[in-house]
Formats: sequence, structure tokens, C-alpha cells
Amino acid sequence: MAIISLRQVSKRYPGGFDALRLVSFTVEPGEMLFLTGHSGAGKTTLLKLIAAIERANGGAVLVNGQNVSALRPAAIPYLRRNLGLVFQGQKLLFDRSVFDNVMLPLIVTGQPYREAARRARAALDKVGLLQREKANPVTLSGGEQQRLCVARAVVNRPAILLADEPTASLDAAYADEIMEMFNAFNQVGVTVLVATHDRQLIGKYRKRVLTLDHGKLLQ
Amino acid sequence: MRVWLQHHGLSLAQTLARLARSPFATTLNVLAIGAALALPFGVYCVLGNLESFSRNASVDPQLSVFLARDAAKADIAAVEARLKGAGGVSAVRFVSREAALVELNRAAGMEDAIASLPQNPLPDAFVVTLSGSDPALADRLEFQFKSLPKVAYVQADSAWVKRLDALLRLGRTAVVLLSALLGLALVAVTFNTIRLQILTQRDEIELCRLIGATHAYIRRPFFYLGSLLGLFGGLAALAIVLSGLTVLNRDLAHLALLYGSDIRLRLPNSNEMIFALAAAVAFGWLGAYLSVSRHLLEADRN
Repeated sequence: MAIISLRQVSKRYPGGFDALRLVSFTVEPGEMLFLTGHSGAGKTTLLKLIAAIERANGGAVLVNGQNVSALRPAAIPYLRRNLGLVFQGQKLLFDRSVFDNVMLPLIVTGQPYREAARRARAALDKVGLLQREKANPVTLSGGEQQRLCVARAVVNRPAILLADEPTASLDAAYADEIMEMFNAFNQVGVTVLVATHDRQLIGKYRKRVLTLDHGKLLQ
Repeated sequence: MRVWLQHHGLSLAQTLARLARSPFATTLNVLAIGAALALPFGVYCVLGNLESFSRNASVDPQLSVFLARDAAKADIAAVEARLKGAGGVSAVRFVSREAALVELNRAAGMEDAIASLPQNPLPDAFVVTLSGSDPALADRLEFQFKSLPKVAYVQADSAWVKRLDALLRLGRTAVVLLSALLGLALVAVTFNTIRLQILTQRDEIELCRLIGATHAYIRRPFFYLGSLLGLFGGLAALAIVLSGLTVLNRDLAHLALLYGSDIRLRLPNSNEMIFALAAAVAFGWLGAYLSVSRHLLEADRN
């Protein structure tokens, strides 16, 4: 069964802008794929629909067989716990340490502190930031901050990883580093969906590519 | 369960740390809440004192029947017989003018004044205790006794107690209204304080929602914040009321000494203090609840 499935999905923002028009596709468990298109093509909107940050106006967005658009508000947190999100604009908290930033998803989902700390350190180790765990994220470089975001996204061992322009502000070397991490997570069974407009980066991997153009999926 | 407690502990610790990080704003908030609460609580305490005072005073209606100064022994006996014979009278006590003077002499500070009088200015009197507290009966007997020969004046002694009672009832209503009003103010103060706190933590709240935080998780620290503000505000109110009553008692002691009596304002007992604190916490919690719920509702709508 498909882990993500969109059927004739449309999204119109208040004011009449059609961000997505009748988009349909499916993602198999353990798949890694790219979502690309020009700026404003609807990449971010599509990821937001999957994470129930926005609601579709038409069609069905199924994640693990659940219709996300019809979810009760109280059920949405539990959907999101299956998702690892790497946001555009990072959303790191600068009032606490690197370690505490990675701890947050585990605290939020009610893990016992000791177990959570162990997993947070494991995630930081995976992205090469274990030595910086006590630092404030402000003191990290752009690439390190993005790696911290990745650590925070995977610390809860999500089944699905959604990344929105994860390499946008990084130079090529850092960008490769991040993509390699996504690839590594995919190899251990995580379904990875990366939205990016960086065609060069996409070219390096032999993965399925979905292309959006003015809210429509090009076949 | 242990994990749940751990998270509550963490929430509480974070909230306390947050309050401690802005001591000035926290102190002002607590004082605002404390002052708002001290008013109804203080009035309540003073009323409680007046109430116990009026309870101690006899509420059994009594009539004092003062005789004319020229009343002879025979007149006195005639009046006494009429008083005892009247319906609704349970006891009649005769207070002779001499006895009244002795009693007056016993009251402090009066000896000199009395000694300077050429003669005893007091009349003979009867204290009539009525058998029922029906005001109509008191009125009827008062009217009846007034018309007896050699009776100069009849005074209903319970009238002032009744008036005090009515005033106290008014006071109690005022306390309830005042409490409701200032409780509302307290809810508004915490609502705004929490709202400000939500705004400063907006990024964190948004992020938490994105990584799967339930509404309960997001509400929890703000519930603690509201309840703690209420608790500290309540403690401030208690401190204000207790110190206020203590200061009043010091002045009262001075006054009481002059009157030769022992009037003292009773301090609130532990039940009353616990109730006041609980009410403060509840109001703080309510303010927090309204504030966070409103924010979450707005966030959900987007």
C-alpha cells in the first residue's frame, strides 16, 4: 500500500490563488523522490498538505491510509509524529542549546528523559554535531544549522521525512552533505520526499522526480 | 505515569524559571493581582468581625421603659404590673435610678463627670424582654407602654442591632459583587499576561505544533504560569490583608483601652486563607485557559 497518496488534490488560498490543481501521485514505503518546479509552483503547499499544516480544498491526501484533510484537529499531532519535517526557514530555537533543540520532539511526544537524551545524542552524532551539543544554534554555521534541523527531524525515527528546500542557503559542499544524509536515512527504510529547485543536485541521484508547474503536476 | 509526572515537573520548573527571568514584571503582576484580591478579602474580614460583634450583642428584642422623674413608688409598682400583664413579655427587670448610676459609675472615665453632677440625673427604668422577635410585636408593645401613666420614654434596644444586621447583609452582598468584579479583573490580568507570554514564545509554540505537540502539551506551561501568578498574587493579598489588620488592631487596641473594652479584629483563619488562595489560583488558571484556548483556536483556523 502506498504510504503517501494524493488523489485529485486542489488547494486554493483565500484571495483566489490556485496553488495546486488536481494533483495525483503515490509514494511507496521506503521510496525517495524529489519534488521540483519553479518558485511558486506549489512545492511547499504540497508538503504542507501532507503534514496537515494546510487543508486541501478538493481531493484526498492519504498518509498511511488516513485522509489527512479530513482529520480532526486533535488527531493531527499524532499524524505529525510519524513525519520528520525539515522546514524552509529552519525554525530553530535560539533560546536553548543544540541538544535541547533536538530533545524537543522527544519531550513533546512524552519520551522518558533518559531515553530521550540517549536518542538525541545519537541523532546529533549522525549529523556530526555531538561535539557542539552545548552550543547555542546561533553560533553554528549555516551548514551546521541545517544539519541540526535534520537531526531534529529524524530524532523521533519518523517513517516519512519531508524536506522543504533543505539546501537552499548552502554552498555545494554542504548541500551534498545534507543530501547524503537523506540518502542514508532512505537506505535504512525511511520514505524521503525532498522539495528543491536545485536541478543539479537532483541529477546526482537516480530517483523519481515530480515536477510542478503553476500548481499542476507534469507527467 | 512517571513520565507524565516528569513532564509536569519539567513544565513547572520551566515556568518558574521564566518568572524568575523577569523579576520586575513578575513582581508588578503579582502586586496588581494581590491588590485586586486584597480589597474583597479585606472587606470580608472586617465584615466577619462586625458580624461576630453583632452576634454577641443580644438580638432578643428588648424594650427599655424609662419612667418620669417624679414617679412615686406606687406609680412604679403600677407600671410594673401593667408591663408584666402585657402579652408577649417574657421578663421584666427593674433598674432603679441608683442602680443605673452605680452601673454608669463602673464605666471607665465617667466618675469625674458624674461626681460633678448636683444630683442623680437618671430616671428609674424597666428592661422588658419580649418573648418573640417579631418586629410587629415590639412596635405594638412600644406604642402600648408609651401611653402608660408616668412613662416618659420607651426605647426599642434591638433596633440598632437590626439596622446593623441589615447593613451587614448589604455588606455581604457588596463583598460578593466586589469579589466577582475583582475576580474578573484578575482573569483579565492573567489573560493579558499569558497572551504576552504566548506572543514571546510564538515560534516555540508553532514549532511544537509542527512536531506533534498536543493542545494539552502546549497549554500545560501556561496553566502553570496562570496558576502560579494567581497563587503568588493570592499570597500577596494575604500579606496585605494580614498586615493591614495587624496595623488596624494596634490602633484599635489604643481606642479599646480608652473605652475600657477589648475590641480586636480577628485575623482570618486558615480555612479562609486557603479558600482565598484557591480562588486566586482558580482565577489565574481560568485566565490562562481562556488566553491559550483563544490562541490555539486562532492558530487552528489558519
